[in-house]
Amino acid sequence: MSTLVVDRVQHEAQAVPLDRIDVSDPRRFQDDTVWPYFERLRKEDPVHYCRDGMFGPYWSITKYRDIMAVDTNHKVFSSEAGGIIIVDRNVGERFPNFIAMDPPKHDEQRKTVSPIVAPANLANLEGLIRSRVCTILDGLPRQETFNWVDKVSIELTTQMLATLFDFPFEDRRLLTYWSDVATTFPQAGQPIDTWEKRDAILAECLAYFTRLWNERINRAPGSDLISMLAHSPSTRNMQPREFLGNLILLIVGGNDTTRNSITGGLWFMDQNPDQLQKLRDNAALIPGAVSEIIRYQTPLAHMRRTALEDTMVAGKRIREGDKVVMWYISGNRDDEVIDNPNSFIVDRKNPRQHLSFGFGIHRCVGNRLAEMQLRILWEEILRRGLNVQVVGEPVRVPSNFVHGYSSLPVRIAA
Amino acid sequence: MPKIHFLEFGGREHLIDVPCGTSVMQAAVENNVPGIDGDCGGVCACATCHVYVDPAWLAKTGERTISEDELLNFASTAQENSRLACQIRMDDAMDGLRVRLPESQH
Repeated sequence: MSTLVVDRVQHEAQAVPLDRIDVSDPRRFQDDTVWPYFERLRKEDPVHYCRDGMFGPYWSITKYRDIMAVDTNHKVFSSEAGGIIIVDRNVGERFPNFIAMDPPKHDEQRKTVSPIVAPANLANLEGLIRSRVCTILDGLPRQETFNWVDKVSIELTTQMLATLFDFPFEDRRLLTYWSDVATTFPQAGQPIDTWEKRDAILAECLAYFTRLWNERINRAPGSDLISMLAHSPSTRNMQPREFLGNLILLIVGGNDTTRNSITGGLWFMDQNPDQLQKLRDNAALIPGAVSEIIRYQTPLAHMRRTALEDTMVAGKRIREGDKVVMWYISGNRDDEVIDNPNSFIVDRKNPRQHLSFGFGIHRCVGNRLAEMQLRILWEEILRRGLNVQVVGEPVRVPSNFVHGYSSLPVRIAA
Repeated sequence: MPKIHFLEFGGREHLIDVPCGTSVMQAAVENNVPGIDGDCGGVCACATCHVYVDPAWLAKTGERTISEDELLNFASTAQENSRLACQIRMDDAMDGLRVRLPESQH
């Protein structure tokens, strides 16, 4: 972005009356101009009420410690009452899933799928991930421009997801497609402009997975996610909408997030060549660099809660029923907790201290798998001395939830 | 100053002097005992400081809090004697405390 544009955006963010600030506008995420608005809120009104938001009235929680307080107080701040994204849908239109449930049902369903990312299973996956990373990197075009998102980020995460579901490998890009559709809020002028269109595509996803479910329920329990869901007492009687809800959760959770951290990581290294040099000089920094990439990207910009009773957050009275949005993307830039938060520093102290995985009972279940994929990717990039040059600006997606990219043009010299 | 014995998953032992009032998580992190992450900084919000308390010490380290119990409930490697190290604060009565670390933090 040019200095002129940055100055203009800074000026606008300062000039707008505080109560008119609506950080939920997806366009500000698409053109990457949301930062000065969050900076102003953190400084002037960290728990901020927006009356006329694009997605209705809501509270913004913008500072690290306040987000932590809301995230760990699931008795007052419900995930089930209004779902976990800022967009409202009526109860009958929602697809129930365990991230959008409160205890005790949340606990039972989460425990059904969590063994897939338990330490023993992760150790089993490491060799497979490494061989795939090697194949992908060695097969990349040389001396021609290509889209890193498509050839690396999507390919690696989608292969992983297909393995976790034991999904037909040749159809794996369907998972990418369904993931993108599921995180798309219909907008005029976009390919998906109505909820009906979105839900019709997701019904195809349900039909496909129902076939897999039916095959696996009649077989001995296996170690893939579908078999686990089909055989566990807490999930085997799910209604179709709930099955679809949990599928979407697992597809998006296992796909978009890591995908966008893979792309973001490459972009940040390109913008900060001194940091990349540190990694080239000392591969032992990679695990910390992975955490820093995940903080700096914050692949899910927010999680939403609904207050179940009147309560106070940082001196503000939040009423029963209010929509409360925790902006992880803002808390991760809070200088009261993170030193020099706007800088990308691969060897920072306490790199694991970030909000990108959330905290409390809904904390990301696949965080270690995500870290492992990123770690192996960077290990193999560096081992090869691969020199990937970014040759154009990234294109970001118009979403206040999935903070990600649709393309990043790159080129590998020889 | 009370001491803690940390036993790594691989079997290596660390004997650490810890000022009273310090949490077992802080003691590990500040003394570079590998195997404890403490991602949330010690506010019982993540379960990445999971330890197994030697059964002989369970009475002294006390009961899990409610939120600690909720988080441990999701740790696939949790056992009866599992605690979050950030929720155990050292005092003189705990001098010689023995804790074992899981294979990895989750």
